[in-house]
Amino acid sequence: MKRATWILSCLGMLAFSADAMSVSPEQERLKSVQAVQKKYPDIKFEDYVYGALAFSADAKAQYDNMMAFPPFESEIDKGRALWETPFRNGRHYADCFPGGGKNVAGNYPYYDETMKKVVTFEMALNQCRTKNGEAAYKSSDMNTMGLLTAYARTLSDGMLMNVKVKGDGALAAFESGRRFFYQRRGQLNFSCASCHVGHVGEILRTEYLSMLPGQATHWPAFRGGDYALFTLQRRYSACNQLVRAVPMEIGGEEYNNLEYFHSYLSNGLPLKASVFRK
Amino acid sequence: MEKPIAIVTAASLSLLLAATFMSAARAAAPGPEPSGQELAFDNRKGNCLACHAMPGDPKAVTSTNVAPPLVGMAARFPDRSKLYGQIWDATRSNPDTAMPPFGKNGILTDTEINKVVDYVYGL
Ligand code: HEC
Ligand code: HEC
Repeated sequence: MKRATWILSCLGMLAFSADAMSVSPEQERLKSVQAVQKKYPDIKFEDYVYGALAFSADAKAQYDNMMAFPPFESEIDKGRALWETPFRNGRHYADCFPGGGKNVAGNYPYYDETMKKVVTFEMALNQCRTKNGEAAYKSSDMNTMGLLTAYARTLSDGMLMNVKVKGDGALAAFESGRRFFYQRRGQLNFSCASCHVGHVGEILRTEYLSMLPGQATHWPAFRGGDYALFTLQRRYSACNQLVRAVPMEIGGEEYNNLEYFHSYLSNGLPLKASVFRK
Repeated sequence: MEKPIAIVTAASLSLLLAATFMSAARAAAPGPEPSGQELAFDNRKGNCLACHAMPGDPKAVTSTNVAPPLVGMAARFPDRSKLYGQIWDATRSNPDTAMPPFGKNGILTDTEINKVVDYVYGL
C-alpha cells in the first residue's frame, strides 16, 4: 500500500515537472491543487492552510487547543503597539492602506509596473514608513518588521489570497519564483518541490511534508518550544539551510519573486496570521 | 646527502605509527570513526532514516514513508556495484529522485559509502 502510494507520487511529480514550463499561472495553480486532491482526496481544499497538520488529526487537535489561547499573544500585542503608535508626523500605518489596513494582505505581493519589481506586504509597510519620514525596517529583523506583521497581517484574517499576475513583467517575476521553487540546489541537491510537491504528505523522518498550495497563508508563524517568530521569508531561509543550501537575503529579489509565485499558488485560500508551527 | 633522507624516513615512520595508534584507539572507543550504521543514521551524513525505514534493525527509529524500506537488500541487490551506484548518484537511475547524490556531491566519501553498503547489505 505504501509502495503503491510512493509510486503514484513519483509519477505525479514526473508529470508535474515535465510540462509545468509552458502553462499559465492559473493552470499551474490548478494543477498543483489537483495533484494534492488526487493524492489526498479526503483533505478539503480549505484545510490546505494547515499544511503538515492536515495529515495528522492528533497534531491538528493540539494546534486547535493552543490557538484557543495562543501563548505568544503578548508578541502580537507588541506588534499592535507598533502598528498603533503614530509616526513623528502624527500619521499612522492605517493611513497608508485602504480600509485602515483591513483585508489588504491577500493582495500582496503585487507586481509594480513603475518600479518594475515585486512589492511584498513588508515592502508596503516600509514604503509607509519612509513616506512619513521614518527609517525603513530591515525585513530580516523579527523584532521590528516581524512583530509589526504579526499584528498587521491579522487585520486580513479571513480574506482570501488574491494575488494577480498580469503583464510581461509580472509574468517574468512569477516565472523566476517558479524556477526557484523547482531548481535543485546545494550539496544535497534538493528543490523545494522535491519535498513539498514530490513527497507531499509523506513523513520525512518525523515530519509530515506540507503541500505547496496554502503554504503562504498564515505568516508570520511562531515556531517551536520558544515560539520564535518566523516570517515567510525567514521560513524560506530555514528550508534552504535544512538542505545545506546557501540561503538568500530576506527581502531580496529572489525571495520576493519566490513569495510572489508561492502566494499566487495559495490563491483562493483564507489568510490567518500569527499561528503556531513546530 | 644521507642525513636529510634519514630524517624524512624517521618522520614518516612516526606519522605511520601515530596513524596506526589513532585508528586502534578509535576502534576501541566508538565515536570518531563512525560505523556504517552510524553513517546511515546520522543526519549530517547519510541520514537514510529521513526517507527509508529499516525494519530489519530495531535501532533504526523513524516514521518515514518517503522511500521504499531498505529490506532484503542482499537478495535484491546481488550486484554490489548497483547498490553502491544507487548511493553514489541516485539521479542516474531516476533523474527526478529526491535521494541526494551522496558520492557525486561529496556528502559521503568512498570509504564511507562502502561502510554504508556493508551495513545496508545486512538488512
Ligand atoms: C528536504 C525536504 C525539504 C525541502 C527540500 C524544503 N522543505 Fe520546506 N519544509 C520541510 C519540512 C520538514 C517542513 C516542516 C513541515 C511542513 O510544514 O511541511 C517544511 C516547511 C516549510 C514551510 C512552512 C509550512 C507551514 O505551513 O508552516 C514552507 C513555507 C516551506 N517549507 C517552504 C519551502 C521552500 C520555499 C523550499 C525551497 C527553498 C523548501 N521548503 C524546501 C522540508 C523541506
Ligand atoms: C531525501 C530522501 C532520501 C534519502 C535521505 C535517502 N534516500 Fe534512498 N531513496 C529515496 C527515494 C525517493 C528512493 C526511490 C527511488 C527513486 O527515487 O529513484 C530511494 C531509493 C533507494 C534505494 C533503492 C531502493 C530499492 O528498493 O530499489 C536504495 C538502496 C537507497 N535508496 C539507499 C539509501 C541509503 C543507503 C541512504 C542513506 C545513505 C539513502 N537511500 C538516503 C530517497 C532517499
